[in-house]
Amino acid sequence: MAKNLISRDDNRRFLLAVFEREEDILGATNAARERGLVIADVYTPYAIHGLDKAMGLRPSRLPWVCFALGLAGASFKVWFEFWTSATDWPINVGGKPWNSLPAFVPVTFEVMVLFAALSTVAVFLVGRRLLPGKRPRLAASGVTDNRFALVIEETDATFDLGEVSAMLRSFGVSHLEERVDQDLL
Amino acid sequence: MASVHATISEPLILGDKSPGQVTDDVCSSLERGPHVSWWIALTVSSSMLLLGLVAVVYQVLTGIGTWGLNNTVGWAFDITNFVFWIGIGHAGTLISAVLFLFRQKWRTSVNRAAEAMTIIAVICAGIYPLIHMGRPWLAHWMMPYPNTRGPLWINFRSPLVWDFFAISTYFTISFVFWYLGLVPDLATLRDRLARGWRKTVAGFLSLGWNGSFRTWFHYETVYLLLAGLATPLVISVHTIVSWDFATSVIPGWHTTILPPYFVAGAIFSGMSMVLTLMLIARKTMRLEDYITERHVGAMCKLLIATGGMVTMAYATEFVTAMYSNNQYEQFAFINRAKGPLCWAYWIMVSCNVLSPQLLWFKWVRSNMAIVFAVTILINIGMWFERFVIIVTSLHRDYLPSNWTGYVPTSIEIATLVGSFGLFLTLFLLFCRFVPVIAIAEVKGVLNHGKKPH
Repeated sequence: MAKNLISRDDNRRFLLAVFEREEDILGATNAARERGLVIADVYTPYAIHGLDKAMGLRPSRLPWVCFALGLAGASFKVWFEFWTSATDWPINVGGKPWNSLPAFVPVTFEVMVLFAALSTVAVFLVGRRLLPGKRPRLAASGVTDNRFALVIEETDATFDLGEVSAMLRSFGVSHLEERVDQDLL
Repeated sequence: MASVHATISEPLILGDKSPGQVTDDVCSSLERGPHVSWWIALTVSSSMLLLGLVAVVYQVLTGIGTWGLNNTVGWAFDITNFVFWIGIGHAGTLISAVLFLFRQKWRTSVNRAAEAMTIIAVICAGIYPLIHMGRPWLAHWMMPYPNTRGPLWINFRSPLVWDFFAISTYFTISFVFWYLGLVPDLATLRDRLARGWRKTVAGFLSLGWNGSFRTWFHYETVYLLLAGLATPLVISVHTIVSWDFATSVIPGWHTTILPPYFVAGAIFSGMSMVLTLMLIARKTMRLEDYITERHVGAMCKLLIATGGMVTMAYATEFVTAMYSNNQYEQFAFINRAKGPLCWAYWIMVSCNVLSPQLLWFKWVRSNMAIVFAVTILINIGMWFERFVIIVTSLHRDYLPSNWTGYVPTSIEIATLVGSFGLFLTLFLLFCRFVPVIAIAEVKGVLNHGKKPH
């Protein structure tokens, strides 16, 4: 899971830039990363192709969760089927062997899929703090509809607001605003 | 989804829409009061549901002796309907997962409704085995849990137990997949509405989604993983359903072709039912810009392809039986085509083999009335396919002295009507309260605001 860069505790300043078009947010995000600015996050109404590269995000580690829990689910199920059918209470069904491993394959597969999928979703939801009834904190109005918001952290004294604003204007920014962290969260 | 959203040249969505317009178009039909036709449809479908409910209560109280089964035909209407609904429930995952992995961008217009249809169809299917148990209040005995009966565990060697696991897993995964796809759209709905119960519900279920791209990025990964898991899952489900038959020693059932045959048939019937519903929805909900002739055309081509596979399976099982030098196997197939229930067989062949051939012609694919008629024929044909496989294989078994017929009772027919009532009622409610088009996904395939390539 990516670290949540916007944290409540410290007193940090952010520059919020709102765009109206997909190519503008892509261009502005790319330019911001190339200038070495710290991109706190980008808020978009849909998953924009290529924005992960523009932000310089590393690949998600969720596939490992999926693999590990799928394997765990499958192993547990094979053991469970063996234990119930061959150890705990063996029942003769049509003369089939107690340990009918090939017959255990279908249920093992289903349980593997169930474990892998549900655990991946659960880890995703918890990792991204997506919980039922949680109050959303929107960076700008319309980020779930038709607008795109780029949030840049003003990290140190070398952050030149004038220069960054000019860069953002060159991408047709429609709204530019400085915020202290409490406002954004 | 990430790479599905690449810039495209030919527009998938007509009318050169902006993301804001997509939100308006999809949400406005939810915010308007329902049309009179919706109320009429709901009245009809809920009446059907009520009839089914009465029939189910009656047969559970009285016992499944209320069915037309006899010693020879031990499985008939109930299992036919079960397999029919499960088959329909395969299209959602095909569209949302398989077409996603194949990077078919047009799926974004139909995946939400197809997934909803899948979930509803699996609910309809699940009712039949429950009734068939005779004592549905003991349905939890299918679960392997420590119990006071020994503990007596379930028989993991039985295809019926595999089926229970396959269908419950399939339902769970389909539901999670559908809900996860819905979360960004519920957030859109939440932020659009000023107040009211819809905002409260959408706010609760949207999990605090705020469009953060860091979240989107992981979301895309989860979506891809679920698609990758759901694809073998959907194949496993109908494979296991076919094993309910194939592991027995009944001529016509005991063949290795049954799993691929069932999977192809399931996808064929599911695609056809999706198209039936989509053609109605695009007309009544004015979604012609989203579900275009191109979408309908693509689904028609899938019908030709899957119909071809089904045709191939019919031919293969016939030839294999003739070539088997096994007189029981040969008789089972000759009896299908020429026996007392041959009318069902020929309905099956003409609906599933002949009617999709019309879709080869472009003018047919762009004529919505003919396409609709073809999908209805396929829906009928695929119901009869299951009837043929189940009833005609059973009614004349090894001993001619056992030979008999089968006629469904009014209770069985009322239950079938009721399951259609349940299906349509739930689908109508879905159309009223949930965005029928995946808003966030459709926005990703618009040309608006993208650099021309």
